[in-house]
Amino acid sequence: MEPIISARGVSKTYQGGFTALRDVDLEIRRGEIFALLGPNGAGKTTLISIICGIVNPSSGTVLADGHDIIRDYRAARSRIGLVPQELATDSFESVWATVTFSRGLFGRAPDPAYIEKLLRQLSLWDKKDSRIMALSGGMKRRVMIAKALSHEPKILFLDEPTAGVDVELRRDMWQMVHSLRESGVTIILTTHYIEEAEEMADRVGVINHGRVVLVDDKRTLMQKMGEKELSLQLARPMDKLPKSLAGLPVKLSEDGQRLIYHFDIKSGDTGITDFLRRLNDANIDFRDLHTRESSLEDIFVGLVRAERDERLKEESQS
Amino acid sequence: MNWYGIRAIYRFEMARTWRTLMQSIASPVLSTSLYFIVFGAAIGSRMGEIDGISYGAFIIPGLIMLSLLSESISNASFGIFFPKFSGTIYEVLSAPVSAFEIVAGYVGAAATKSVILGGLILLTARFFVDYEILHPVWMLGFLVLTAVTFSMFGFIIGIWADDFQKLQIIPLMVITPLTFLGGAFYSINMLPEFWQKVTLFNPVVYLISGFRWAFYGVADVNVAVSLGMTVLFMLLCLCGVWWIFRTGYRIKT
Repeated sequence: MEPIISARGVSKTYQGGFTALRDVDLEIRRGEIFALLGPNGAGKTTLISIICGIVNPSSGTVLADGHDIIRDYRAARSRIGLVPQELATDSFESVWATVTFSRGLFGRAPDPAYIEKLLRQLSLWDKKDSRIMALSGGMKRRVMIAKALSHEPKILFLDEPTAGVDVELRRDMWQMVHSLRESGVTIILTTHYIEEAEEMADRVGVINHGRVVLVDDKRTLMQKMGEKELSLQLARPMDKLPKSLAGLPVKLSEDGQRLIYHFDIKSGDTGITDFLRRLNDANIDFRDLHTRESSLEDIFVGLVRAERDERLKEESQS
Repeated sequence: MNWYGIRAIYRFEMARTWRTLMQSIASPVLSTSLYFIVFGAAIGSRMGEIDGISYGAFIIPGLIMLSLLSESISNASFGIFFPKFSGTIYEVLSAPVSAFEIVAGYVGAAATKSVILGGLILLTARFFVDYEILHPVWMLGFLVLTAVTFSMFGFIIGIWADDFQKLQIIPLMVITPLTFLGGAFYSINMLPEFWQKVTLFNPVVYLISGFRWAFYGVADVNVAVSLGMTVLFMLLCLCGVWWIFRTGYRIKT
């Protein structure tokens, strides 16, 4: 199936000389929830801004639903809705007026019934006549989402949608994103909250220093790069790791209370049996045990570190 | 053409006017009325006629121009500056609207407000002085042309300004002095010959002169020259706007 967003060789160097994006290739599949992860200044917002038409690319092409974002900008932009990171709202306008304005701006005929439905879905109907300045931060965030959805886009960009939002509203938003996807909208979100990506995304892209480091299916990524650890709570604390465990991927915790055994979940032989047998042979008793799978956050941090180390290595060599 | 987009911007800007009626309409009408009372009714009654026109009636076109220029500039500049300041400009930039449609919405609304204001000032003037309009169609033509041109100029200022002070500099430090020295309160024929020549470098002279001709059939400079200069300034503003959108100057990185 043709991707709904296709970026090829997109680079961006700002006037001051800062390169925010370097030769980015990225494809977003129709109907998926795609999470773009990356540390601050990685280039996430620049990439989104280019696709939405707010920033001009230095080079490269982007197609949105098959339409070039520059040559065929009307068709491309009419398919895109954007919820920016900043809460930029028309403070003196009413909720109804600002959402209606957005629909018109994107070239859609007035449809009060649709706007009403949208405001009800986002629990904003009671506030439709309120001035935006009188709303709470969470409500303002919902207004931004309503504005982005007012023209019924096929693609929705959510740039840090839950930044500064309380836990309850965050959960509401996750639910809303899922229902939007069910209605056929493709969602691309950037987030600092890895749990958010883990909860919602079908695929994950990691961007760092303007380069897309990795794009993969979330589950595959976690299987491929995920590591599990088996943690044993010792009956008697130890000073050092016994010789009988030498050669195994096992560490003693700093307080000497736990043995932590790392294993690869995709590997056929995890080595757990051998590890437990060696413990038994050495008369090492344990009171409790549990396993933990590495989170997307662990994977993300690992990737960013690896990329940084590689870059530093390249720099030192040159 | 994205007609809904133009309409959305236009209505949004007009809604701001109705929301701030005291500031947008009432305040300029009041201040111009004070000019009529002081210069038209009080001082004007003791002054002689200029070009066969009573002083009170003579200053009407100049006073309308004074308000028209400053309001066109301030409405249009604020209209585009505020979304830049508040960050809501992202929506306009990411919408399927062309540069022409954006300008049509913002400039159209600013010019509409100015024309309404000009009409209100004209009606208000009736309470203080008698006047006639010899060429009403030309009068309306000059009014609309000037409102559109200076709204476009205001749009450029709004894009250029990166703080509130810059937004005020051109209207207060350039336009107001040029209007006062452009024959709003006197005929340039009343100046010494040298200053008459210097005054011709002031573009506002041509606007006021042409506008006054539409009222009373008398002008400081030929009406065709006035029209030509107004159109020339409009073309210059159009080029400025075209360049802004081509380069993304101060709106796109």
